[in-house]
Amino acid sequence: MSQPFAKLPAWADYGLLPLINLIVAFFVAGLVVLLVGESPVDAAILMVKGAFGSGDGVGYTLYYATNFIFTGLCVAVAFHCGLFNIGGEGQAYIGGLGVALVGLGLGSALPWWLAFPLAIVASALVGALWALIPAWLQAKRGSHVVITTIMFNFIAASIMVYLLVGPLKPLGSQAPETRVFGEGGQLPGLGWLLNLVGLNMRSAPLNISFLLALLAAFLVWVLIWRTKLGYEIRTMGFSPKAARYAGISELRIIIITMMISGALAGMMALNPIMGAQHRVQLDFVAGAGFVGIAVALMGRSHPAGIVLAAILFGMLYQGGAEIAFDMPNISRDMIVIIQGLVILFAGALEHMFRPSLQRIFQRIGRGKRGTAPAVVAGGGQ
Amino acid sequence: MESLTTILQLFDSTIRLSVPLLLACLAGLYSERAGIFDIGLEGKMLAGAFAAGAAATWFGSAYIGLFAAVLISVALGLVHGFASITHRGNQIVSGVAINFIAAGTTVILGQAWFSQGGRTPSLPNDARFNPINLPGAQALRDVPVIGPIYYELISGHSILVYLAFAMVPFTWWVLYRTRFGLRLRAVGENPAAVDTAGVSVPWLRYRAVICCGVLCGVAGAYLATAQGAGFVKDMTAGKGYIALAALIFAKWRPVQAMFACLLFGFLDAVAIRMQGHPLPLIGEVPVQFMQALPYILTVVLLAGFIGKAIPPKAGGVAYVKER
Repeated sequence: MSQPFAKLPAWADYGLLPLINLIVAFFVAGLVVLLVGESPVDAAILMVKGAFGSGDGVGYTLYYATNFIFTGLCVAVAFHCGLFNIGGEGQAYIGGLGVALVGLGLGSALPWWLAFPLAIVASALVGALWALIPAWLQAKRGSHVVITTIMFNFIAASIMVYLLVGPLKPLGSQAPETRVFGEGGQLPGLGWLLNLVGLNMRSAPLNISFLLALLAAFLVWVLIWRTKLGYEIRTMGFSPKAARYAGISELRIIIITMMISGALAGMMALNPIMGAQHRVQLDFVAGAGFVGIAVALMGRSHPAGIVLAAILFGMLYQGGAEIAFDMPNISRDMIVIIQGLVILFAGALEHMFRPSLQRIFQRIGRGKRGTAPAVVAGGGQ
Repeated sequence: MESLTTILQLFDSTIRLSVPLLLACLAGLYSERAGIFDIGLEGKMLAGAFAAGAAATWFGSAYIGLFAAVLISVALGLVHGFASITHRGNQIVSGVAINFIAAGTTVILGQAWFSQGGRTPSLPNDARFNPINLPGAQALRDVPVIGPIYYELISGHSILVYLAFAMVPFTWWVLYRTRFGLRLRAVGENPAAVDTAGVSVPWLRYRAVICCGVLCGVAGAYLATAQGAGFVKDMTAGKGYIALAALIFAKWRPVQAMFACLLFGFLDAVAIRMQGHPLPLIGEVPVQFMQALPYILTVVLLAGFIGKAIPPKAGGVAYVKER
């Protein structure tokens, strides 16, 4: 391992290597499908068909993708600062409170285009505040942000369960959820967008928070690669020592980064609550915060990669639900396995194939260099 | 007399509830003391519980179940080791991955093999770890004070409970009185020094990860074949994370780990008991608050308000020989 390897070309580093990791992850997932007694190829075909074969399939795929773009960005922003925010799940869950505040309070009074911006601010603010305490503890007390955000996930879940079975539940209702929001708390669908490409979305809950997610992805790109703050965040992530030497305040950067991260997670709550169910339900996040980890790792923390990875996971979610009809042994929990495998191979084992790939590229490179000087030498004589 | 019985019952369920925490917590202790952070306690415990439930169903023996649980849990531990020791991957990412793989696989395989919605069939009593009545428990039962304590609290648990509590002094002895323990602690603080002494850092860390896997497997087997009668979907329900919290609470020391786990087990037992019973002065405490209390306490501890929890120095950092 001491021998220095040739640097991989960018397309191999950002395209080929993640692709290999992804293929290995899906290959192992295929083995699990085999173990269950179904054909992995059939399952894959069913999945793609279920996700993209019809208008409502596409609608659902993009609806799920919306959640994952937000949570993926949440994890990625923190990654750039060298922080691992596992708390996306809790930040999104508690972000639902912000949405509920606007939806319940102003939903009947304001039109949606006034309520929506308010809900964005409220959800982002609540999510950011939920990330603030772990951030402060990390920056000031050096307690690991991973541990504190895990703890905060559980605390958030307890608070939300308490509120939804108690204070927020309408009187006389049994279901642990709030009442349905007024007109203004309901976001318009994106059926027209799918109509443009000749698809009919029917009842799929795709809504304008998908566009918000794309905008957020673009803004995160601007923030990370085109602003001074982004440069400071990346410096901190790359080398905290260098950042300190350059006079960047560690406290400030960690807190700001985590708050941005939490705000992005908090905004995820808009999609299922205002966009689809028009009320806050128990466990509406449904693991999307954790999927964000896989999405961010797969998208290599780049917003463009995250959008693609989020759509892939949206496809897995929607297609996975469809598979369950034909293959009763495969439920949506299959996605959890795939998610775990993607995190394992694209995250923890991301360097497993790098040395061999580098060796291959080195050999190709040496082959070229080996012949080139000979020609020059021949020409000189 | 009645209040004594109530208190004894409370302590009795405290013990039952803290055993899986204790086993997982000691598991994490071996791993983290060697410098390998392990978020994957939850997943290993869950996979172990499933393996124990499935194997006990097929073979009708709790011991085969225990063996299967340990096997699977160690296998997952080795995956964690392969990623974080051999390939120097991010230990936290790897642990998270293991949790998801375990959560998904147990449900999918459970549904495919047993078709009961992700659970394993109910185990008959002879395929479980049954309560053991310690000698003299019946005879001493009527002796005031000592009798009920011995009968209710100390006697009448399964072998795994006694094993879990025996692991506490054993772990202390291994960690502080053996050569292996000294090296284990050293590799978590300063792996370069261990390497200089001619001891293989990876092999030492792999052994720590295997120890961790064994104990997580026992914890899983306890859940599925001693406390419960079969595996249920998402049976660990965050216990792996509470164990992690207890480990921090105990500042990575075995005896303190036991007390932390007993404390968290006690909170759980009180939460179950207090449901619907208002307290004097305070009124009814929401059960969610009691459930969140271990996490809140850990955050408060981490904030440095109750002493300072300093993790092993080289924790979470892969060892690179050349540097």
